[in-house]
Amino acid sequence: MKRVYPNKDFCIGCHICELACLTAHSKSKDLILAYTVERGESGLSSCKHVHEGGPTCVALSCRHCDEPSCVAACISGALQKDPETGRTVYDREKCVGCWSCLMACPFGAIARHPLEAKIVKCDLCHDRPGGPACVAACPNKALKQEER
Amino acid sequence: MNYVIIGNGVSSIGAIEGIRRHDKDGKIVVIGAEDTAAYGRPLISYLLAGKIGPERLALRGEDYYARNGVELKLGTTATGVDTAKKTVTTDKGETVKYDRLLIATGGIPFVPPIPGVQGEDIYSFTTLAHANTLIELSSKIKRAVVIGGGLIGLKAAESLHDRGVSVTIVELAPRILSGGFDEKAGRLAANRLKNVGIEVNCGVTAKEIQRGKDGHVKGVLLTDGRFLECDVVVVAIGVVPHSAIAKEAGIKVERGIMVDAKLMTSAKDVYAAGDVAQAMDQLTGEHRVVPIWPNAYNQGYACGRNMAGAKQPYMGGLPMNSISFYGLPTISVGVVNPPDGDKNYEVHALLDEEKETYRKLVFRDEKLVGYVLVGDIDKGGMYTAFIKFEMPLAGEAKDKLINAGPEVFLWPAELFDETWNPEPAKAAR
Repeated sequence: MKRVYPNKDFCIGCHICELACLTAHSKSKDLILAYTVERGESGLSSCKHVHEGGPTCVALSCRHCDEPSCVAACISGALQKDPETGRTVYDREKCVGCWSCLMACPFGAIARHPLEAKIVKCDLCHDRPGGPACVAACPNKALKQEER
Repeated sequence: MNYVIIGNGVSSIGAIEGIRRHDKDGKIVVIGAEDTAAYGRPLISYLLAGKIGPERLALRGEDYYARNGVELKLGTTATGVDTAKKTVTTDKGETVKYDRLLIATGGIPFVPPIPGVQGEDIYSFTTLAHANTLIELSSKIKRAVVIGGGLIGLKAAESLHDRGVSVTIVELAPRILSGGFDEKAGRLAANRLKNVGIEVNCGVTAKEIQRGKDGHVKGVLLTDGRFLECDVVVVAIGVVPHSAIAKEAGIKVERGIMVDAKLMTSAKDVYAAGDVAQAMDQLTGEHRVVPIWPNAYNQGYACGRNMAGAKQPYMGGLPMNSISFYGLPTISVGVVNPPDGDKNYEVHALLDEEKETYRKLVFRDEKLVGYVLVGDIDKGGMYTAFIKFEMPLAGEAKDKLINAGPEVFLWPAELFDETWNPEPAKAAR
């Protein structure tokens, strides 16, 4: 399957991927409304996070592992592997907010939703024409979606 | 290939998914004693608390078994295994032939021999049937005593409290959650429970369950002489491996069913996974029964793969628990209570009682081997990485982990690249 691969040598830490992710997962699909209104009102959050360590930075999110620790740990069946697409899919309705996935995922790719007992995790923008918004927005081509 | 799985819990789901990674065609038969499709067993506390309805219990979708070519024999108990003839017999009088067998029968509640424990009004809390019984009872009873301050006991207490029952917990150890937590984390959790009105008594246990002339429970006499009036008693001391069927078949059983590096038992082509299995622990290299959810899935998955011929070793389990008490989230992973005075361990603990946050890091041989988080749990998985991948943490890296928290740039460069940005395969370049 095609996954998103971050290159820390190209990442300039501009956080544009985070904003693109936020916008792609917003109701309004408008950056300004997503950032100024929806973030506060509905707890809209980015699935992508720029990690910074001194001069180095890199934008990370769910790797959609072949054998994900989060699926093994999920007590509600909210996280499952889609055998067709290979994505690690999240069913928000089933999630009870036990945080087992957050504990089990060694890649730190799962965050608590700021307002609800739900998680925030990359869905590879599966219903977005043109693929993941973070990849499309990266100005330095530090994010690539490809088959490896 | 005929696969037979005894047990229909999360190990069984793991096994189905492991088998289907390698074998799309083999026939899978699942024999489950309970009469429902596999459900999220820990969800029974959410059900009892009224936080979710029964429609949210199923672990997989309705078409899951059909889509995976699984024949489900529910409400059916496996009664015997013949490892020579390679058959399983059931209480329905069937004989099912297998080429590869998985025993994933889980655990059964341990009920200690307290005087008065046999009879009416005594309940366990490990199955959906138990939860439904307690839901029905909760409107008729006023007071309950929960014996056992571990995860099951505390969740039973919290859920019954949510149903309006007055609950008292008794725990023999000096603190609740003695298995996966230390004293400070246990106290934060206990305070949360006390604040909502659940009574927590540590360092005592039930000496006798007293009954009236009608046979019903009147209350529990404690070892310190106190008497707690109650209508029902929930016994939640823990679970023991449900290994009888393996023992009777002549399969090697110690505390649980012994398995080798590929999770095969002493009988050829018979595997074991989950709460019934005594499998390898990653950190100690020893075989232990660690009845936790992620291990059960992972072992089931590894069994499934190997039953289908993958011949991959099981990487070993890591004890881990994530559980919240009235909104106070807690995570505990790996070795959290190193032996007293053992110089091989180094512990860094930070407690803020005002904010109800706690972080404890346990190091051994310049590696992180365990941690506890209470309140602020957001970096949980990032700490788990250092334990799971056994990353070396000497000098500055360790100081950074302790002082600034876990960060992906503390990873060895090779592991970082392999994980996040592997070289494209030649064909794809």
